[in-house]
Amino acid sequence: MSHLISDRVFVIDQSRCIGCEACVQACEECGTHRGQSLIHLEYIDRAMSTQTAPMVCMHCEDPTCAEVCPADAIKQNENGVVQSALKPRCIGCSNCVLACPFGVPKYFSRPDQMMKCDMCYDRSSVGLKPMCASVCPSQALWFGTLDEFGATREGALIFELRFGNQAVPTKVGTVVHDISAGPINVTVPVPGLWQEDPFGLEAAVP
Amino acid sequence: MARLPVSEEALIQRYGPHLNEAPPGGWDAAVDFDRQVRTHCCFCGQQCGIKLKVKGTEVVGFEPWYDFPFNEGKLCPKGVKRYLQGAHPDRLLEPLGRDPGAAAGFSSMSWDQALDRVVSEIGRIQDSYGKDAFAMLSGVSLTNEKSYLVGKFARLALQTANLDYNGRLCMVSAGVANKRALGMDRAPNPWSDIPLADVVFVAGANVAECAPITTSYIWRARDRGAKLIVADPRVTPLARTADVFLGLRPGTDSALMGTILHVIIENGWVDRGFVDAHTIDFGAAAEAVQHCSPSWGATVTGVPADRIVEAARLWGTSETGMLLHARGIEHHSKGVENVWSCINLGLATGKYGRPGCGVATITGQGNGQGGREQGHKCDQLPGNRDITNPEHRAYVASVWGCDVDEIPGKGLSAEEIVEAIHDGKIRGLLSICFNPLVSLPDSRFTAEALGKLEFFAVIDFFLSETAQHADIVLPGSLHEEDEGTSTSVEGRAIKINQAIPPPGSARLDWEILIDLADRLGRGQYFQFGSTHEIFDEMRVASRGGTADYYGMTWERIEAEDGIFWPCPEAGHPGTPRLYEGGRFAHPDGKARFNPVRHRPPAEVTDDEYPLWLTTGRVVSQYLSGTQTRRIGPLVEQYPEPLCEMHPRLAGTLGVATGDIVRVSSRRGTMELPARVVETIRPDTVFIPYHWPGAKAANQLTNRALDPLSRIPEYKVSAVRVERAQGHVQVRDRRVTALQTEAELR
Repeated sequence: MSHLISDRVFVIDQSRCIGCEACVQACEECGTHRGQSLIHLEYIDRAMSTQTAPMVCMHCEDPTCAEVCPADAIKQNENGVVQSALKPRCIGCSNCVLACPFGVPKYFSRPDQMMKCDMCYDRSSVGLKPMCASVCPSQALWFGTLDEFGATREGALIFELRFGNQAVPTKVGTVVHDISAGPINVTVPVPGLWQEDPFGLEAAVP
Repeated sequence: MARLPVSEEALIQRYGPHLNEAPPGGWDAAVDFDRQVRTHCCFCGQQCGIKLKVKGTEVVGFEPWYDFPFNEGKLCPKGVKRYLQGAHPDRLLEPLGRDPGAAAGFSSMSWDQALDRVVSEIGRIQDSYGKDAFAMLSGVSLTNEKSYLVGKFARLALQTANLDYNGRLCMVSAGVANKRALGMDRAPNPWSDIPLADVVFVAGANVAECAPITTSYIWRARDRGAKLIVADPRVTPLARTADVFLGLRPGTDSALMGTILHVIIENGWVDRGFVDAHTIDFGAAAEAVQHCSPSWGATVTGVPADRIVEAARLWGTSETGMLLHARGIEHHSKGVENVWSCINLGLATGKYGRPGCGVATITGQGNGQGGREQGHKCDQLPGNRDITNPEHRAYVASVWGCDVDEIPGKGLSAEEIVEAIHDGKIRGLLSICFNPLVSLPDSRFTAEALGKLEFFAVIDFFLSETAQHADIVLPGSLHEEDEGTSTSVEGRAIKINQAIPPPGSARLDWEILIDLADRLGRGQYFQFGSTHEIFDEMRVASRGGTADYYGMTWERIEAEDGIFWPCPEAGHPGTPRLYEGGRFAHPDGKARFNPVRHRPPAEVTDDEYPLWLTTGRVVSQYLSGTQTRRIGPLVEQYPEPLCEMHPRLAGTLGVATGDIVRVSSRRGTMELPARVVETIRPDTVFIPYHWPGAKAANQLTNRALDPLSRIPEYKVSAVRVERAQGHVQVRDRRVTALQTEAELR
């Protein structure tokens, strides 16, 4: 399958996120859903770390949100971009909100409809980057060609994630540094690195 | 009077801060605009390119400006939402006079009435107490043209020596250190050098929150395999991913850098060829760190010795390297020495004047770099000239067409102006784009000083907490309402374009100053019909100075995506990288090592005040918050200050996240919610400083100044922390609800 929107691919590298929320602020500036930010940004565990995680729609090949929709309101377009629920069909049941393995769809009581990241289709379809990947200061959210990625960025891309026995192929890529190890686990410090003890409290400081 | 005319509540009810939540017409309005104006963000020295969408006379949104090379469309949340400062209910639309009889404390007046009152009070005070008894405070939110005009206005129209600016709270320590060590006050590199570095050393700079776009440059270096060292008392969002993290005790930066220099010398990593050919006084600098062994460094800084040695190895053995520093090492009573200790590391290893090499300050304020170059700093004239240097004075007098003796001498710095007001030596003040009540240390002292002014006039676009104390308020212009140039963190002059005219009867700042100069009988020096004419005089005034803009034109600046100074003649391409080939800007071409012996901060912890307090910024707010505390989506992101503390400290205090704590210093006390996190040293608490009154971190901070740069020591105070009454819900950054303990039960 192709991961490309026009000739470009959307990539997330969670490890680079600085939690600034530029993506959250910019998302609601998008012309198709003004005032409603559809991207997610969460602290993993602020008590432990400043690590944050942005989440755009991964645009699954077989979207769980669409599979569980009783009203058949969630459609993919010809490029495989999963759309917000069709307003005339959406019954506001939030099945999709609960079922999405990535927690992406959002239900809005006004206008009683599920809305979700559509990769700024109004922008990406005319060659512009989505809002979040445009503004992201650390480029944790990145949009470009695979050649550009290979030439300028460290790490490899994976396009399939596993939830138990369910393999979920996605159009959005996730950056990994060791492709055999899967996605980076940002919550567990690698033993021996300073992150285990940032201030040397366990070490013998004279 | 300089006291609040009515209650603070009544002032806030009328003048805010209120929150602008949505673009003009609301979110539901169609996206409809007439044109897009290419300009730059007004928040911070990165000066990101941005396109503002304009409909009629209102800014209605933004579009990323992908082609501007510095940020290529990238913006932080402040940049995204900056357009909401326009069409704001708090915008000042007409001149105001203090009126305790008016419900909101001010009544409107005509421009003639307001300006005449200002001029008559200036005359009265100067006739009674002398010219220098009337002072001016300025801000580096202003363009180069306005900064230049303010410098000339204070010296020739007010005829006072006492002009200073809020850049005094920003990068002046780096300015002094760079000037004395290297001969020039500018970051030596274009940011495009960062990706070329094999090691990036970030010292005292919360890059992710205060200069977010710089993170992308650092990642570009790391994509090439560069190592990242971060020195900070907190594990900031960028520090989290560092290869080496140096979690030092506040106030020990020069001990850390001295130890690194010691290790570099001991291991033979000094670039002898560079040191011998291009520098002087290495021996003195080496002698000053002779005692700084890793174990000494570990004891003083609290950083494990092996990490300091590893940082020294990375810096000392890498072919290229960039050291980026900011207020974390500069906001100290030894800020200049801290910067020298960094410069020494660059000089000792030959990391200057080549691609991917340099020691650079990250300027914090919008036009922090350009502002001081154009001469609204108490000791400088245009072109970064020295106001005490007879040749410099004579040249500027020749441009201004005045007698050299008409240019006053060196005046007081910003904090010293406030102290002189407190002492009764300065009786009148004109302030533009400066909110000292929030931004200066020891805010109770600042408030006392304002209360002693006989007359206080303010030019601003919102009624800041300081402006609430004014006798006359003159409504000036927002960034997007005027045009001109500013100079970014890189030393790149860029073009600010007007998107909309000032609303109501608000006026352009420079027109207000020229009108005042006319009424002061000094109009002959201010014959400007446009900001372009001010620019043309400014570049002549800068000619031959270190910050030489003479070869620049507005047209070139726009066509070439900015020009790096010095640009001494027409057609000169500008100077992105300084000191190429090891030629420094001192007359002999050599850089100076400055010996730095670590000394403690002005205030140290003791039994009564056993913890360190350090202050700083959050990503969604800018400086004193006059603008960003009025933008709803930014306020929602981090609504009020939280006191960060380590669980070990919280445990001894019996405090959990959300509990209200009382933080006390020798200056004052404040209560605020705790946020318990493992990302800060256990002996240190952090409070961001963007808020006024009872929420002001600067109630606690110390007025101790660096002897050379006169920067206050915001980054180190001694405090006591106790559990107080109450609890709030803190979910991530968002403080959602104030609750009493009773309600919680």
